[in-house]
Amino acid sequence: MAILKIENLSYTYNEGLPGATKALDNVNLEIEEGTFVGVIGHTGCGKSTLISHLNGLTKPQQGAIYLDGKNIWTEYDNIRDVRFNVGLVFQYPEYQLFEETIYKDIAFGPKNMGLSDEEVDKRVKMAAKFVGIPEYALEGSPFDLSGGQKRRVAIAGIIAMQPRVLVLDEPCAGLDPEGRELILSQVKNYHQTTGGTVILVSHSMEDIANYADKVLVMENGTVYNYANTEEIFQDAENLSKMGLGIPDITKVFLKLKEMGLDIDTDVYTIPYAVKTLLKYKEKNGGGHNA
Amino acid sequence: MLKDITIGQHFPGNSPIHRLDPRIKLIVTVAYVVFLFLSTNAVGLALCIAAIPALYGIAKIPVKLLKKSLKPILPIILFTVVLNLFFITGDGAPLLQIWKIKIYMEGIMFCIVMVIRIICLISGTSLLTYTTSPIELTDGLERLMAPLNVVKFPVHEMAMMMTIALRFIPTLVEETDKIISAQKSRGAMLDSGSFTDRVKALVPILIPLFISAFRRADELATAMECRCYHGGKGRTRLKQLKITSNDIMCSVVCIVCFAVIFATRFFFTPLI
Repeated sequence: MAILKIENLSYTYNEGLPGATKALDNVNLEIEEGTFVGVIGHTGCGKSTLISHLNGLTKPQQGAIYLDGKNIWTEYDNIRDVRFNVGLVFQYPEYQLFEETIYKDIAFGPKNMGLSDEEVDKRVKMAAKFVGIPEYALEGSPFDLSGGQKRRVAIAGIIAMQPRVLVLDEPCAGLDPEGRELILSQVKNYHQTTGGTVILVSHSMEDIANYADKVLVMENGTVYNYANTEEIFQDAENLSKMGLGIPDITKVFLKLKEMGLDIDTDVYTIPYAVKTLLKYKEKNGGGHNA
Repeated sequence: MLKDITIGQHFPGNSPIHRLDPRIKLIVTVAYVVFLFLSTNAVGLALCIAAIPALYGIAKIPVKLLKKSLKPILPIILFTVVLNLFFITGDGAPLLQIWKIKIYMEGIMFCIVMVIRIICLISGTSLLTYTTSPIELTDGLERLMAPLNVVKFPVHEMAMMMTIALRFIPTLVEETDKIISAQKSRGAMLDSGSFTDRVKALVPILIPLFISAFRRADELATAMECRCYHGGKGRTRLKQLKITSNDIMCSVVCIVCFAVIFATRFFFTPLI
């Protein structure tokens, strides 16, 4: 059964006022437990509005969200239970740190869950390990850290709640390539170790292509496509027309096709590209004279 | 929740009221408030009330917005009503007496007039900020207060402080909203729990908010220095304020209206 189900969800900002904008328009979606879902779309296509519905920060104007088949607003006693199950990491999460020590900040979520001190301690250490914060650093102030480190502390604060669904909104915004790589690989590692569901919102097709099992493409508040990563990139030409940056490697293959090569263009990672090229070579008898 | 605060917001448009010189708008708004409190008779008050829908109509500001901006002051209105109702004593016999509390006709009249005045006051002054951008507003204010420069009052600096404060209200509101959402996602108890729980729950919101406000202030100061800002001395303006025929016409209409409202004082008996 799908862990999260979104049914006929619509949301309009400033309803009935000048400047009313439809952020979500009849969105239907099912997210299976254990998948790594990448969400991509233009600025203002409704990505952030959609994810703020997932843990009940925004109440749906129309439609409903189901967690484990139960409506999060009517069939749960407390919306906080939903929030502990669907952990949401906001954009620029480093600005929400407030405690004196890193340890205390990571412990804020688990403490709110009413866990015992030992359990909180265990979870804080586990979360810190996932994001690569050494244990001796935990007693330092979060405000002495660099931007990227602060962000990892903030992500650890959510991971420590051990949510079944981890939602990250642009976790790499404003980081250098090394920082991006670090955070994304840690998230991937978290996904593989715990087997939890991860939803990653990003502007970068490259990141999504490298990490996600399934991709949700959004356009103007609607679901443009939701499918496995390979299927999504079979449509690379249209994605490119929509103005979504496609991975560089996919661009190379699109160009090859344009130049008259009969080659698949659903390529989105380097290893896959190598495989496709080898297959092409085999099919065409190899050699440069093909 | 916080997004519902509309006081101080600007709604761009191209109505005659939007195009009016900010200095005139400021003076008219102040005059309106004065006359609102000067008019004690039914006709004068009726004229003051009638001005509101008329002006909102001309400015094409939806009434819904007005409702939204009045909502937060509802407690203030209720408080005034209750206080006045019970403490104003009249000459005649009380209309109603419960235990030691006496309600007089004068008290009821006074309450009605007060409610009308508060609502008109908020609606009228809101219209000023709805139709005037913060920059125009402070520009107008700076010009109006320019004579104070003679007594070494830092008019430009005051105006600049006001511009910055107004400019950052929406930014900080948005920031607060974001921080609240983030802490709620971590299970902060903001809408439930005992009084002490709720006060404690404010800490995770206020600390990040202060930190970010200081950070913003610091960044803004650097940005201003990079553009060689050094106070008001010798500063010129991009947009020069000019009185147009539209402005003169509006002023004349306003003066006539105010004269009529004032004149009603001599022809009608006061309510209070």
